[in-house]
Amino acid sequence: MTPDPTSPQMTPRRLPKPSLQPSVFWRLAEDIPAPLYRRLMLVSVLVPLVAWWLLTTFGQVDAKFLPSPGQVATAALRLGQSGELWQDTWASLQRVGIGFGLSVLVAVPVGVLMGCFQSLRALGEPLFGLMRYMPAPAFIPLLILYLGIDEAPKIALIFIGTFFYNALMVMDTVKFVPKELIEATYMLGGNRINTVLKVVCPHILPGILDTCRINLAGAWQLVIVAELVAATEGLGRRISLAGRFLRTDEIFVGLIVIGLIGLGLDLFFQYLVRVTCRWAQPE
Amino acid sequence: MFLQVRELTKVFSTRHGPLLVLENINLSVAQGEFVCAVGASGSGKSTLLRQIAGLDQPTRGGVWIDGQRVTGPGADRGMVFQHYTLYPWMTVQQNVEFGLKLQGVPKRERRERARYYLQMVGLSHFTQALPRQLSGGMKQRVAIARALATEPRLLLLDEPFGALDLHTREMMHEFMLDLWQRMGLTVFMITHDVEEAVFLSTRIFALSARPGRIVREITVNLPDRSQGVMATKRHPRFHDYRDELVMLLRQTGQAAQRRAMAMAA
Ligand SMILES: Nc1ncnc2c1ncn2[C@@H]1O[C@H](COP(=O)(O)OP(=O)(O)O)[C@@H](O)[C@H]1O
Ligand SMILES: [Mg+2]
Repeated sequence: MTPDPTSPQMTPRRLPKPSLQPSVFWRLAEDIPAPLYRRLMLVSVLVPLVAWWLLTTFGQVDAKFLPSPGQVATAALRLGQSGELWQDTWASLQRVGIGFGLSVLVAVPVGVLMGCFQSLRALGEPLFGLMRYMPAPAFIPLLILYLGIDEAPKIALIFIGTFFYNALMVMDTVKFVPKELIEATYMLGGNRINTVLKVVCPHILPGILDTCRINLAGAWQLVIVAELVAATEGLGRRISLAGRFLRTDEIFVGLIVIGLIGLGLDLFFQYLVRVTCRWAQPE
Repeated sequence: MFLQVRELTKVFSTRHGPLLVLENINLSVAQGEFVCAVGASGSGKSTLLRQIAGLDQPTRGGVWIDGQRVTGPGADRGMVFQHYTLYPWMTVQQNVEFGLKLQGVPKRERRERARYYLQMVGLSHFTQALPRQLSGGMKQRVAIARALATEPRLLLLDEPFGALDLHTREMMHEFMLDLWQRMGLTVFMITHDVEEAVFLSTRIFALSARPGRIVREITVNLPDRSQGVMATKRHPRFHDYRDELVMLLRQTGQAAQRRAMAMAA
């Protein structure tokens, strides 16, 4: 029996609509073309800027509430020329550098040890986990009581506020060291010290740098908080002073500088990971 | 005998109670032999190798090398793992040197010895590459060179070619056989691949499924294998060995399944 060409089975059926439509913008977990990426990034910066400019130029907004981009630029120039801006920036940076530097210096060995040895983790994790959830600014009265109102309490605030996060996050990076890599080291004659220093540490270096990058944002917030409370100089101090005298343009200068420095530090750490850990980069 | 495993039993304690993985394993390997243990996956092959490596301690019985009881891992046994275990931040050269570095071998000697073993595994041109730039077969050859560089007396292989495609795997078999002959190595390898075991070994131990017990020992007698995989695989005795082992593993697998179902019922 030959099949009947007119039977319903033989007529070409229309393909159903594909369940996945092609798209450039909506590529899920995939790269989009580089030029599009750059253009979108530009949009993300320009749109708020233009909106700000339009609002202050054509809207009836009191400059005491929202100064125009031009006014903020003038204020920045003024503060820059008088040297106050540099002084404040330097003071804040120094506090972050010392406080966060000390925090990293202590937290990395502690985190590595807690990650490597379950015994040490059991000793440290409950306390650290609890301390992490105590907001660091809540320690300010105590710190002032113990350490006075100079640099010490500000540095201590940054230390307390970042140490536990740093330690616990470094500890977590050790989990990603394959057990077989450690056992391979034992089979090559490595003891525990060798294995921690020469295998675990290099393996988690990208993770450590990434931890620093993320928690630096926290340190940068804490220094501003500390300076809002008590300081003679610093970007936080500049903002609170400007607020008291209704110099909204200077508040904006302070906020923008804080944001830019934070972004700069973030990019710096990203760069550091890229150059020191080429092996961990995607191809 | 050089390597001796005597009355080795391994029980893991799990959440569902004790799990008997290896039961009364007895085997020995003489110097210069290439011995394989074959078994289905889950039959405790890796567990057995880990006891010999000293990475884990047996529940009963023990492992002796040259009359000395194994109590922990050490560079006198070189090990190659199933998964890639090269240090990803080190170059090929640095990977191979690493064991020597741990032993405090001076830099120049280290470099020369690493070069020698890299030449042995045919990777002289890749000394400065990072592991991620290598193919799977090349990675395992580096791992073999790294394990050999400290000049272990026994080479332990845990399904080192299991993750490779068929073609690469056969190339690695020829390479491994050649290396074993040239260097006079003593090798103990575990695998689930029966053909791999028959092609490479002088002797084979077959492990039953769950718990692992040695159900047969076969001395492999094949003509000169340096003719390559294809020639050897055409030999009638190759088929006899292979069929015997396949049947055996199938039987023990079915028996284990029946036991498991009886337990569940
Ligand atoms: N550390 C462990 N704890 C509990 N069970 C384990 C452990 N290691 C292996 N097993 C169990 O022992 C059995 C044998 O494992 P393994 O030796 O890896 O088998 P193979 O290498 O032959 O595939 C498996 O059922 C596995 O789940
Ligand atoms: Mg295994």
